[in-house]
Amino acid sequence: MKKHLIITVWFCLLLFPFVVLKLPLHATEVVTYRWFNLPLVAVIAFVASFLWEILFKYRQKAKKGHTDFINKKLLYLQNKKLFPVYLLIAIIFPLITSDYNVSIFTSTFVYIVLGLGLNIVVGLAGLLDLGYVAFYAVGAYSYALLNLYFHLTFWQIFPIAGLLAFCLGVLLGFPVLRLKGDYLAIVTLGFGEIIRLILYNWTDLTKGIQGIGSIPKPNLPGIHLTEGGSNVFLYYILLALIIIALLCFHRLRNSRVGRAWEAFREDEIACISMGIHRTKTKLAAFGIGASWAGFAGIIFASHTGYINPASFTFYESSVILTIVILGGMGSPLGVIIASALLILLPEYFRFLNDYRMLIFAMCMIGIMLFKPNGLLQIKRKQFDLDKLNNATLE
Amino acid sequence: MNFDFFTDLFFSGITKGSIYALVALGYTMVYGIIGLINFAHGEIYMIGAFIAISMCSILAPLHISVPILLLIAISISIVFTACYAFTVEKIAYEKLRNSSRLAPLISAIGMSLLLREYVLLFQTSNFINFPELLPEVSWLDFMSDYLLPSQFIIIASAFTCMVALILFLKYTRSGIAMRAIAEDQVMTRLLGININSTISLTFIIGSALAAVAAVLISSYIGQANYNMGFIIGIKAFTAAVLGGIGSVSGAMLGGIVLGLSESFATGYISSDYEDIVAFTILILILLFKPSGLLGKKEIEKV
Amino acid sequence: MSFIVTTEKVNKSFGGIKALKDINITLPRKQITALIGPNGAGKTTLFNCLTGIYKPTNGKIIFHQENGKNVEIQGKKPNQVAEQGIGRTFQNIRLFSGMSALENIMVGCHIRSSCNFVSAIFNTRSFKREEKAILEKSYRLLKLIGLEEQGNALAGSLPYAFQRKLEIARALAINPSLLLLDEPAAGMNDQETLGLNELILAIQEQFPITILLIEHDMKLVMQISESIIVMNQGALIATGTPHEIQNNELVISAYLGT
Repeated sequence: MKKHLIITVWFCLLLFPFVVLKLPLHATEVVTYRWFNLPLVAVIAFVASFLWEILFKYRQKAKKGHTDFINKKLLYLQNKKLFPVYLLIAIIFPLITSDYNVSIFTSTFVYIVLGLGLNIVVGLAGLLDLGYVAFYAVGAYSYALLNLYFHLTFWQIFPIAGLLAFCLGVLLGFPVLRLKGDYLAIVTLGFGEIIRLILYNWTDLTKGIQGIGSIPKPNLPGIHLTEGGSNVFLYYILLALIIIALLCFHRLRNSRVGRAWEAFREDEIACISMGIHRTKTKLAAFGIGASWAGFAGIIFASHTGYINPASFTFYESSVILTIVILGGMGSPLGVIIASALLILLPEYFRFLNDYRMLIFAMCMIGIMLFKPNGLLQIKRKQFDLDKLNNATLE
Repeated sequence: MNFDFFTDLFFSGITKGSIYALVALGYTMVYGIIGLINFAHGEIYMIGAFIAISMCSILAPLHISVPILLLIAISISIVFTACYAFTVEKIAYEKLRNSSRLAPLISAIGMSLLLREYVLLFQTSNFINFPELLPEVSWLDFMSDYLLPSQFIIIASAFTCMVALILFLKYTRSGIAMRAIAEDQVMTRLLGININSTISLTFIIGSALAAVAAVLISSYIGQANYNMGFIIGIKAFTAAVLGGIGSVSGAMLGGIVLGLSESFATGYISSDYEDIVAFTILILILLFKPSGLLGKKEIEKV
Repeated sequence: MSFIVTTEKVNKSFGGIKALKDINITLPRKQITALIGPNGAGKTTLFNCLTGIYKPTNGKIIFHQENGKNVEIQGKKPNQVAEQGIGRTFQNIRLFSGMSALENIMVGCHIRSSCNFVSAIFNTRSFKREEKAILEKSYRLLKLIGLEEQGNALAGSLPYAFQRKLEIARALAINPSLLLLDEPAAGMNDQETLGLNELILAIQEQFPITILLIEHDMKLVMQISESIIVMNQGALIATGTPHEIQNNELVISAYLGT
């Protein structure tokens, strides 16, 4: 009990200069005091210190292997038989709900695609890419610029966006070939920032902070689409993209390439001693992962109709990373659930919007401390050993 | 475009470089001791600046003279940042020391975001005025053509801190303990040295240096902002890597080199892409000499 | 007798420390050779030079292919060395612990297969065929080491002795003509060592393979090796048959420290 009181007092003192004091903007103004915040801090700190202990006890139990409550419920959701149900709901959804909801779900779906792409790089290959947003930006800007200057359509640019992102991914892969862990993270972060700075400063080409507007939605050849209809069409394109992404992820993971990535993540030295080519493996991961961000980018551009460099900051990379980690590294369904929690939910709890990034940040730390494997444990492929036995009987 | 311009750039480069060096020391010491890039270090620096502003705002009605106010501001700032750094370490890093290499890194990123949002939420996203804390030193006016008195103060303070640190690491018990842990953590523990408190001390010293740097440079520039930690974080880390991560003298050298490079690049090439200089240096160094200018080559045992 | 590997004056220094001094050895083909010596003799360093993890400071390592061609492999990267047909296990087990036992071996099959990500995504016929072949080959190796029941178990969760055997199976998957085993019996009890003994002999019987193993367990060494190389403090001090080595004075003094 004494410990909790000490912690409470500690935080009250520590947080005082920011939470209670309101600093003046100019030399002429005076500092103001918001004393009402102090009891709030005290209560939260007090409760949090109890929560801290409880969560750690929970973590100890989890370490010893007791599958916990959350895992069991979520494992049920992964049951293959439920997939057609999910699909059906997803297809019917836009037809029965408002435009607003369709828009929100479209935004969420974009993050799902981003999460699935980053899942290849981080979840499978274990490469911490903090500049993933650069590929997202490439996809978005390639659509905006090619449309603006050359009047190409959505469908013409769609494959180009993916290809450009792929190439940039491979390009990024080269300098970081020999880097690992922390260094890899920082350099990729640097790349993300460089791309953003270029977009920001090269105003002749990209119009800098002004951004590019009036980006058209994709057209369905032959049919004239209304505003609402375009949105629904985009939703379906995205849904199809997600299904394709899930399929690709599944196929890649259970293939020679996927195994090489996972081996690389597990133990790089053993991996290359078995003959696996470090360069090819790393570049393939970066490139393929990046291309999904490219596709997500072009859809984002057409969804919002306007883009500027402010949409592609390190914050975004952190959000996408949090989605991958929260979902459980390597788990595609986890990515979907995490996106729902981190993107969808805040849209409906608008009053929390100011605290959104704060909650994200706390999520990141919390997950690492209490549930480092994320919400869903990836299920490894179970081979049919009996069938193999029969097949290999001499 | 002549000698004057050159000396302007040179001294502003050294000034900036001293600040980078002070912050880089925090990165390099923490990395040396627990192998973690303390992403949140830039934010600690930012908090140092804000604490100093708070202190001055509270004491404003007392009209204390500048040199004393500077000392008070720096002292209180050091105390608070030390507490913040200590808390950050206890919350985000301590329990993850034995986990995979990704976990503490992600936790660090989360902590950095947390601190930044925390300041944003409770203060403002605007630039805040930072009081003038650098004292007027009239006897230095004779060289104000080349070196401003404020620049001199910054460089001299930074230099003093660095010398103090080197002496601390070489001659005090705690300092030696720190170097021992950086070499071999298990052995040091077996020798009876308290790992946890030494690691905490490392964070505290690093944050103290960052606080000093923050107060000095914010006085010089005249403002502070919740985002100032992010960019200095990356640059100071670049400086640490440039000099050789884990090497104290390397961090100092790296800081100066980075400061000068930025200064000359913006002076002679273009000022738009100032930030890119740091990133470019980082990438080049990691490509061609990852152990840095003064670092040792690490051999992995297979 | 033909040789599979010849080293000529291989030296390796780390800063001021000379880990390998003028190593000249010849490895007889299709035999089991043991590499022994006190700790710190440089045995694993030699392995690492052979497999491309380290580059020798100077000297040559020549790999004699079956077709008569000689390839210099010093300084080549580990994956290039593996492609030549040299497989290895590690002193401290380096399995892919988050992957299943079967998957670990399947990773070993990587360089002898070729399907890329495109055929994987489109699930082509050749892809399916190759995956089936990889799976069956891996299962056979799993049977060889006696782990066929635990194919789906996570490698990290397996008992220690099984993990060591799994590493061997994984190395065999690359179809090596030379297999380097780094202390395969370390940490095993007598019964497990016997099992390992049988496994190594079974491997030699089933595959046309040369085996070089580092070992401290003298019983194992004397039982299965056909020739022995002895190192001490980075230098070669003796080579010969087990009988010759047992009676070699230099060897005895190296171990007893006189």
